[in-house]
Amino acid sequence: MRDPASIPDSELGRSEVKTTTCYMCACRCGIRVHLRDGEVRYIEGNPDHPLNKGIMCAKGASGIMKQYSPARLTRPLKRKDGAERGESAFEPISWEEAFSTLAERLGHLRATDPKKFALFTGRDQMQALTGLFAAKFGTPNYAAHGGFCSVNMAAGMIYTFGGSFWEFGGPDLERAKLFIMIGTAEDHHSNPLKRELAAFKRGGGRFIAINPVRTGYAAIADEWVPIRPGTDGALLLALVRELIELGLYDRDFLVQYTNAAELVNQDAASDEHGLFVREGSVPVRPDTFETPDKMWWDRAGDKPVIARTKGTEGRLMGSFTLADGTPVKPSFQLLKERVKDYTPEWAEGITGIPAATIRRLAHEMGVTARDQTIELPIAWTDCWGNEHDKITGNPVAFHAMRGLAAHSNGFHTTRALAILMTLLGTIDRPGGFRHRAPFPRPIPPCPKPPKGPQAIKAGEALVGTPLGWPADPDDLSVDAEGEPIRLDKGFSWEYPLSVHGMMHNAITNAWKGDPYPIDTLLLFMANMAWNSTMNTSEVRKMLTDKDESGAYKIPFLVVCDAFQSETVAFADLVLPDTSYLERHDVMSILDRHISEFDGPVDSVRVPILPPLGESKPFQEVIIELATRLKLPAFTNKDGSRKFRDYPDFIVNFETEPGSGIGFLSGWRGTAGEKFLVGEPNPNQWEMYARNNNHYHHELPPSFQYMRNWNKGYLDWAYRHRMVRFTDPIMPHIYSEVLQKFRLAGEGKWKGKLPPERLRERVKTFFDPLPFYYTPLEWRCSDGHSFPLSALTQRPMAMYHSWDSQNAWLRQIHTNNVLFMHPKVGAVSNFDDGAWVWVESPWGKIKCQAKFTEAVEPGTVWTWNAIGKASGAWGLDADANESKKGFLLNHLISEELPNMVGGASVSNSDPVTGQAAWYDLKVRVTACKPGEAEESWPQFAPMPTLPGQAIGFKAKVRAYLAGRR
Amino acid sequence: MSKQLALVIDLNVCVGCHACVTSCKEWNTSGWAGPLTDENPYGKDPTGVFFNRVQTYECGTFPDTETIHFPKSCLHCEEPPCVPVCPTGASYKREEDGIVLVDYDKCIGCKYCSWSCPYGARKFDPVQGVMKKCTLCVDRITDMTIEEDRRKPACVLACPASARIFGDINDPQSEAARAIRENGGFQLMPEWGTKPANHYLPRRKITTILHADELVRVDNPLKAESEKPRPAFNTPTIDGVSSW
Repeated sequence: MRDPASIPDSELGRSEVKTTTCYMCACRCGIRVHLRDGEVRYIEGNPDHPLNKGIMCAKGASGIMKQYSPARLTRPLKRKDGAERGESAFEPISWEEAFSTLAERLGHLRATDPKKFALFTGRDQMQALTGLFAAKFGTPNYAAHGGFCSVNMAAGMIYTFGGSFWEFGGPDLERAKLFIMIGTAEDHHSNPLKRELAAFKRGGGRFIAINPVRTGYAAIADEWVPIRPGTDGALLLALVRELIELGLYDRDFLVQYTNAAELVNQDAASDEHGLFVREGSVPVRPDTFETPDKMWWDRAGDKPVIARTKGTEGRLMGSFTLADGTPVKPSFQLLKERVKDYTPEWAEGITGIPAATIRRLAHEMGVTARDQTIELPIAWTDCWGNEHDKITGNPVAFHAMRGLAAHSNGFHTTRALAILMTLLGTIDRPGGFRHRAPFPRPIPPCPKPPKGPQAIKAGEALVGTPLGWPADPDDLSVDAEGEPIRLDKGFSWEYPLSVHGMMHNAITNAWKGDPYPIDTLLLFMANMAWNSTMNTSEVRKMLTDKDESGAYKIPFLVVCDAFQSETVAFADLVLPDTSYLERHDVMSILDRHISEFDGPVDSVRVPILPPLGESKPFQEVIIELATRLKLPAFTNKDGSRKFRDYPDFIVNFETEPGSGIGFLSGWRGTAGEKFLVGEPNPNQWEMYARNNNHYHHELPPSFQYMRNWNKGYLDWAYRHRMVRFTDPIMPHIYSEVLQKFRLAGEGKWKGKLPPERLRERVKTFFDPLPFYYTPLEWRCSDGHSFPLSALTQRPMAMYHSWDSQNAWLRQIHTNNVLFMHPKVGAVSNFDDGAWVWVESPWGKIKCQAKFTEAVEPGTVWTWNAIGKASGAWGLDADANESKKGFLLNHLISEELPNMVGGASVSNSDPVTGQAAWYDLKVRVTACKPGEAEESWPQFAPMPTLPGQAIGFKAKVRAYLAGRR
Repeated sequence: MSKQLALVIDLNVCVGCHACVTSCKEWNTSGWAGPLTDENPYGKDPTGVFFNRVQTYECGTFPDTETIHFPKSCLHCEEPPCVPVCPTGASYKREEDGIVLVDYDKCIGCKYCSWSCPYGARKFDPVQGVMKKCTLCVDRITDMTIEEDRRKPACVLACPASARIFGDINDPQSEAARAIRENGGFQLMPEWGTKPANHYLPRRKITTILHADELVRVDNPLKAESEKPRPAFNTPTIDGVSSW
């Protein structure tokens, strides 16, 4: 064997190194791809990229096996004439046939009834483009996966302080002293979070993990606080109560920078009940969303004055009467009253966390925030013109995600967390929570959903954007009777603030024809016949169900995916997508950018390799289809082709003619001399490529903090068209937005009112202050028959990825098991490793039990999306993923019966429509002797598809790049 | 002392993400020590050659449970038991840097080395018929065409938590030696006398001590609220009825 140092690796074969952006998950690191003789030899983190700075994760380093996967699709396919859906009987067709089929069908729908076309995408990082396509097509029936992912975390926080976690903002671990992570296994920002967490711990920071399960990040926490699923709201409200009782809140911050001191009308008989009282003499400018006419009760003057009048200071507590006799209270007083009974002892009974621990957690947070303040010598000016010579911060940071969000009480739980963070004075301050541009947004953000059937017109673009942020009941997408106009019933009175749509109900509703039948459903990168849907077995039946005439109830199903997923089997038309190494792509400020705390960042993906076979990037499909359909914005006025292809579109598209705003913010202007706003630059892609595929605009330090109220920053953002307003973005301790919906529920709103059957629901859940209620699904069983909570996490090595087909990653997680405390086995008389039946009120599955001490004993859990259908994803029919692996999804209903006036509603949060995956309750019993040691249900093996890249499949794979 | 390259793995920050596992696999399968063969990669019970794996252990009982992610690869022992047992001299320890390697040309696949290794750090490749193991990416760290700060094992470069420190543990000035010295670095099963070069850093806990008086402060913001509204001058008083 030669000496290992004798020949440099780069001299073995023809070496090339190219840079692009990873897409093995949603983190989107910069990568350097080393090629040997045109094959991928090594993918490493790009040290010159701001997001990952050279580091990498298990998925990123396994990109080679995604590129060369036998599950890859390489040819457009159509279902064979006479074959049934679900049989995977396809014949290859040309792209021309695929496009002409689609253009003809969709062209007819657009000309007659555009809402009969529905587009739902699994990934939400291309929604600026896919959403634009849907809007210009004229259909409201569009959403990405946020509704079944974590919309509660987005909505709960954005409706409270104008920002949220992930791309929108995050914990400032560089400066924090105490970090509390609640219910998070992994994160969008996965590599940076790991890097920062390690540095935080090495710097002496204290890390507390609150989670029913101790895995991943929680493993390295200084303290693990196990909690019962779905009860986080009770914990957070008890913490809020303790902070208020002891005075461990940042009073100065609350008074000046939030609506805590502002006075709320307490006259129950008034139509203005629960709204802020306003000084009528203040003129309301049209270019403002936060009118400066609210009042507070001045402490020294003992009278109401316009809030933040110089020389006055609002009271946070008390009960007062205005000169006209109106009783009023500061919103903080209302919060205090709300949490009065949420004692730690009360929360102990619900969460399982000892009251003493809850008290100590509150004390740790409050004392750390108060006594370890950070002071940065950075001068800044607030929106009221006050000049400050320093930036201060309270170093307590939080992070949370689906553990809070994926419950039917998750919106209010998230609101409670956002309020806790605000009480501690940690919003966009060092050591606390920091925004990432273009956040913070106004509360709520400006885009609005279509306001009624009039927004949908044959042959025309949609009025409004398919998704948006309702500010009051009049923004809802309902008809004159108050009934939904969207297929998924988003933005209806059932789920008014469903800001990410409700993809999880699209198929069920289309199958039922409720609220109406559709014609064509286009799914991109969404495994809706498997792990991305609730009630998987039944949904699979809906996809193949026919009406009396023998026609499919969902007439035409188009699936675009790079891989042979379970959903592909149900398609009438299959569009093969490329891998991430074969495409152009943008991580846009208009969508899911990669901004840092210090300023906006966006990035691009550029092709490293030619597309495999005839695969084509979905972006190109969208551009081509839009061109053929002659959609406005995608074509010239005369209907002729406007964009050669996707890269051309990205460079030359402007949100409006001459707006200077496009998908990429860097190197705009004809010579690349401008940023954020500027004319299209024909060399923009090259300029990104030269800068390691990203553009990073670092803000001056005085614009990096306190951005909700930072005059300089907001002016800068206004001038660069990132915001429409320069008003301060005041955190809503008390949500007037929610109260407006409640008034509608009470019949007091002057505009749109809910149908009678939904009034009580709206009144109950649109509480302007957070409250705790038991998850709705728990009310569907007696509490004893199904005693265990069941939930899923995704392992770090497969988080946000599609990699059961990945030869390396599947050796790390080959099949999942059901983790549970040994007590569960003791009660039901089975041992570790036993095969068990798991039943919910909605269904049953069979799987293998695994005992663990790292779980709250009332919870069972498993790794999600490891279990696969037999034969799918290029795996053998007897692969562990299908024979031992399983899905919990079969146990979760997408609807809850008898919830509103005897009718069913989505198994979702009644405020946001967030899919309540983690509300699931089950029981576990031992299998009988003789029952097969194989997971159940099983499905007929999926055959290999024409054009599938099975050349990569072998009994032995000894990958060595460039060996050929 | 002679140079001894090694990894120091910080269990205090390892979150068990497996980045080291697959970055090792991708570098080495196409590298000097490759390929790293996979059997049944798309079928039942897939198994393959990995130089580095992360094992996860639980300690304690609920609720005092610790979950420990434990990356493990060849420890490049200073007294490697795998070397003297090798009948062909295929297993050897490099004098210049202490890395333990296998020369595939000499290896006859007798597996003596894997039986003698108390750490289970070797993996037999049944396809090529030879024993394979971690090389500390010897073909990277000796490749002078790679920029200096990237001339490290692939697992070290990838690790998002910087839980893997690479260096000469016999050089007291190295980051690796300092990490061992200052953070209670330990060896696996030192009683075997193998003197593993790789070290592990234990969990370190940060706790907060709160004193009762920290919850009471003269500037407690509650005081700002407890000043009750002052009654107006003409509000009735006892003066209206008393005469004394």
